[in-house]
Amino acid sequence: MQVHKYDVVIVGAGGAGMRAAIESGQRAHTAVLTKLYPTRSHTGAAQGGMCAALANVEEDNWEWHTFDTVKGGDYLVDQDAAEVMAKEAIDAVLDLEKMGLPFNRTPEGKIDQRRFGGHTRDHGKAAVRRACYAADRTGHMILQTLYQNCVKHNVEFYNEYYVLDLLTVEEEATREDGSTYMQKRTAGVVSYDLANGEIHVFQAKSVVFATGGLGKIFKTTSNAHTLTADGMALAYRAGIPLEDMEFVQFHPTGLAGLGILLSEAARGEGAILRNSEGERFMERYAPTIKDLAPRDIVARSMANEVREGRGAGPNKDYVLLDLTHLEPAHIDAKLPDITEFARTYLGVEPYTEPVPVFPTCHYAMGGVPTNVKSEVLQDNDTVVPGLFAAGEVACVSVHGSNRLGTNSLLDINVFGKRAGLAAAEYAATAEFVDIPENPTEFTENQLNAMRASTGGERTATLRSELQETMDANMQVFRSEETIKEALAVIADLRKRYKNVQIQDKGKRFNLDLLEAVELGFLLDMAEVMTVAALHRKESRGGHYREDFPERDDENFMLHSMMYLDPESSTDGTNGIRADTKPVVFTRYEPMERKY
Amino acid sequence: MSTPTKEAAEPASKIDMKESGGGGEVPSFEITLQVRRYDPEFSDEARWDEWQLTMYGTDRVLDALHKVKWNIDGSLTFRRSCAHGVCGSDAMRINGRNRLACKVLLKDLDTSKPIMVEPIKGLPVEKDLIVDMEPFFQSYREIMPFMVNNSPAPTAERLQSPEDRERFDDTTKCILCAACTSSCPVFWTDGQYFGPAAIVNAHRFIFDSRDDAGDMRLEVLNDKEGVWRCRTTFNCTDACPRGIEVTKAIQEVKRAVLTRSM
Repeated sequence: MQVHKYDVVIVGAGGAGMRAAIESGQRAHTAVLTKLYPTRSHTGAAQGGMCAALANVEEDNWEWHTFDTVKGGDYLVDQDAAEVMAKEAIDAVLDLEKMGLPFNRTPEGKIDQRRFGGHTRDHGKAAVRRACYAADRTGHMILQTLYQNCVKHNVEFYNEYYVLDLLTVEEEATREDGSTYMQKRTAGVVSYDLANGEIHVFQAKSVVFATGGLGKIFKTTSNAHTLTADGMALAYRAGIPLEDMEFVQFHPTGLAGLGILLSEAARGEGAILRNSEGERFMERYAPTIKDLAPRDIVARSMANEVREGRGAGPNKDYVLLDLTHLEPAHIDAKLPDITEFARTYLGVEPYTEPVPVFPTCHYAMGGVPTNVKSEVLQDNDTVVPGLFAAGEVACVSVHGSNRLGTNSLLDINVFGKRAGLAAAEYAATAEFVDIPENPTEFTENQLNAMRASTGGERTATLRSELQETMDANMQVFRSEETIKEALAVIADLRKRYKNVQIQDKGKRFNLDLLEAVELGFLLDMAEVMTVAALHRKESRGGHYREDFPERDDENFMLHSMMYLDPESSTDGTNGIRADTKPVVFTRYEPMERKY
Repeated sequence: MSTPTKEAAEPASKIDMKESGGGGEVPSFEITLQVRRYDPEFSDEARWDEWQLTMYGTDRVLDALHKVKWNIDGSLTFRRSCAHGVCGSDAMRINGRNRLACKVLLKDLDTSKPIMVEPIKGLPVEKDLIVDMEPFFQSYREIMPFMVNNSPAPTAERLQSPEDRERFDDTTKCILCAACTSSCPVFWTDGQYFGPAAIVNAHRFIFDSRDDAGDMRLEVLNDKEGVWRCRTTFNCTDACPRGIEVTKAIQEVKRAVLTRSM
């Protein structure tokens, strides 16, 4: 066991992690631990843009952006957080430009902007040009630019270090009213070096989780193979609740059968969706902004077209994204990468043929609860000193029950920066917390058991059974029946997981072992997500219950908070305690969500 | 026949549909996959392993590797992440050419012969298809891959015309996968050579109108291990999975070394 000591340890080197590192690295002794090389992170797959009310091409202001974010999230957004994000969006874009990001430009040389789903002028009057972009590889440019600036500032990276445990201590504390509670405090993390299998303990005053999402819970997903809910699962196992886990975004336009993302920018640039009859069906579902309605609405509309027999293709199981009315030169200038995806992976020529598409699991709105300073909460309002989270792993909550397109690239920049600043600031005055006794015991026991297991179950088999059931039962349409079906499968898989047997017995680059560990994260988070979905008996944003098709503000205008608790049980699932947290309102009263 | 308009007009609410291509029934086919294996923990000798696999129409080389790892031999080791050609993890030699395993459709290869997969060349092999990327990133870091601008920052953005932005567009596409550098014969024989990827990333800043450190980068690349080692074999351009005209970028950097005063 090797022990390292840093003021700040950042876990994850995607957009949020590296944005945090740029701030923290200039102020405190900082290390970034990442299970991939930094430029491999999935921020690089984001395509369309990053919204900010720069008003470079038409009238706009951050208050409209705040409203769109709140409405897009079906009013489950904490409005104070949305306001912070929309306001700081402007500087977040300008910061990136000054770091060198090559945005597309207007004829006057300013950052160009384009339309994106759910972003409107004056509270829903019409679509607005708010998304700053670099062709259809905005995420790639953000990831590269942030890495370049980490190089510039000599940020210290530990590449291919998997974090497998969060170390915290607990001490008794007293509230103002005299009652006592157990206060958690951050001590560090336990990490596994992929190159040689050695375990390292990183003692840190501040730990920032920026580990990304959980897309691999589902079969059809735009997410990378490596997005396995690591940070959420580690926080949950350490006794930190998870907020709004039932809300998963299914991006409307995944390449049919593959799930590879085709950016909403295609529709922002004028592409439209058609069913097998050639009908532009979004005119029926969202008469005002049609194909540029928020993603949950478009995804459900598509699935409904397929369900009602108007799907295209031999199995009638997808709809079509039509770009054929756009100029090829315009497509080449604005959408070069995604049209290449259609050509490479489906052999479809988007100039002349519509592209088969179907919703694909894209983004977790929920995650580790934080306040607007990116501090992690151990309940509805108690901060865990020294623990921060930003990006998809976190739930601030700026996305509520449905994230607007481009707001994820914005989230990682605004809250990544805040997390880096807050982590460095905390470390400047805090003392190191003593590492608990036998800090690596849990991790070593887990890995040794897996290496020694002769149980005969295969990681890949269990994972694909999980993904199949989640696609079938927990996608854009859910009901008590389908959710319970998924829960039963998950319960069975969790039993079988104890018998997972790996084949690679070596120490070097043992990805066989790590995939088995990641499956454990996926199973834990699938269970939490599914229990939360069963518990929420209403339809809101990305969570649609066919047995409760209406939004129910009276009973469910609340964040869900799921705790690991061996003493409790929720709706028949043992070990999970369900609680709620009020939504923060500032200026917008909930209205019916129409587009 | 309708004429397309310049401004995208509101598209028709309903059109007649022809049968659309793609996404249809995908026939299965058999392949033989051969992979170069090496794990110094168990043997100093590298070897070839071979598997017969049934694959489908949209499957890529990465899917075949996964099929082996997940169903047959869990010790087969390779890097991958995004699986659609943007993260740069899975550059490897496929039938003798540097490609990303997630971008090569099996049906586009000659499946009557074995498909041969090896690690990229010129970097130390760690295990199976995994190589040590550190020398590659070291060269990248040496060319100062970040914008340097010495003038006071304006409150809003720095202006840049669309033409100036276009000037370096091609080299912004780089995903640091090392397919180009590890296809270069000069790099194979002389590991000190910066290699195409580092020069591409230098190009991205040298030709950015906002950057002030171009001359410093040109000085670095005028070194004996710099641009002059390039023998214009075009391997790098052929290898680039992002379609960057790598050799052209290197030529432009060479010309800039000659024309800008050093």
